[in-house]
Amino acid sequence: MSMDWPFSPWTTLAGGMLIGLSAALTAVLLGRIAGISGIVGNLLQPATWRRSGEWHWRLAFVLGLLAAPLVWQIFGPLPAMALPSDPLVIISAGLLVGYGTRLGSGCTSGHGVCGLARLSPRSLVAVLTFMATGMLTVSVMRHVPGWLE
Amino acid sequence: MRAVAAFTSGLVFGLGLLLAGMTDPARVQGFLDVFGSWDPTLAFVMVGAICTGLLPFAWANRRDTSLLGMSMELPSGRKPDSRLVAGAAIFGIGWGLAGLCPGPAVVNLAVFRFETWLFVIAMLAGMLLHARTVRRASRN
Repeated sequence: MSMDWPFSPWTTLAGGMLIGLSAALTAVLLGRIAGISGIVGNLLQPATWRRSGEWHWRLAFVLGLLAAPLVWQIFGPLPAMALPSDPLVIISAGLLVGYGTRLGSGCTSGHGVCGLARLSPRSLVAVLTFMATGMLTVSVMRHVPGWLE
Repeated sequence: MRAVAAFTSGLVFGLGLLLAGMTDPARVQGFLDVFGSWDPTLAFVMVGAICTGLLPFAWANRRDTSLLGMSMELPSGRKPDSRLVAGAAIFGIGWGLAGLCPGPAVVNLAVFRFETWLFVIAMLAGMLLHARTVRRASRN
């Protein structure tokens, strides 16, 4: 199952362009930000359920995300995926990602892709902040002796 | 029509994440591991995405309605505040711990691995926790 996928700057760049295209489609056609934490977070809110126009497109977007690996498999095997195995690490990480993205109004897609493409200073600050704490976390985990892993 | 547009956008987004390698937490952690065996290629994801988005977003920012007739709801605030920074800092710690951000986590659900489901359930719990604290704060 762990196939060596030929990742290169070019496939990575092409993947990024598809993500940018999706964000552009969402903004131009629907007038909304393709931020995954915002889309998923709003689907959880009762206030969204009362307005069909607000949850229909979000649900369709999430279904599109879920369909991606299935469509991918028509053409070839899925790229490798290696998650940490400690359930405690996974649960803490999930809680922090869920809470943090809602408090900070966005994640890698909403701030990192849409926000930066819109030249928003707020998003630039958010991106620099989560990159810094992400790098710090991985560095502590991997290079401070006696820590996780 | 709107649902078709949203589904297509989600599909293209997911395929982009897979092609870019963002769905592999080990690669994401390699990108964040600046003091170890740093793998900088994921920076190209942002370069590609931002360059592709620049012109369409500039156009969308000037419109009042979208092409499918929906109201334009792109954020207007530009000034960073402490909530933004605190939230982004918390998110970054979680992102580093597991190597997953919300988009790849949702895409990976379709692979049916216990770890991804556990991550997404915890992420949804974190989102609900935030919604609760906001509601409580607004009641006081």
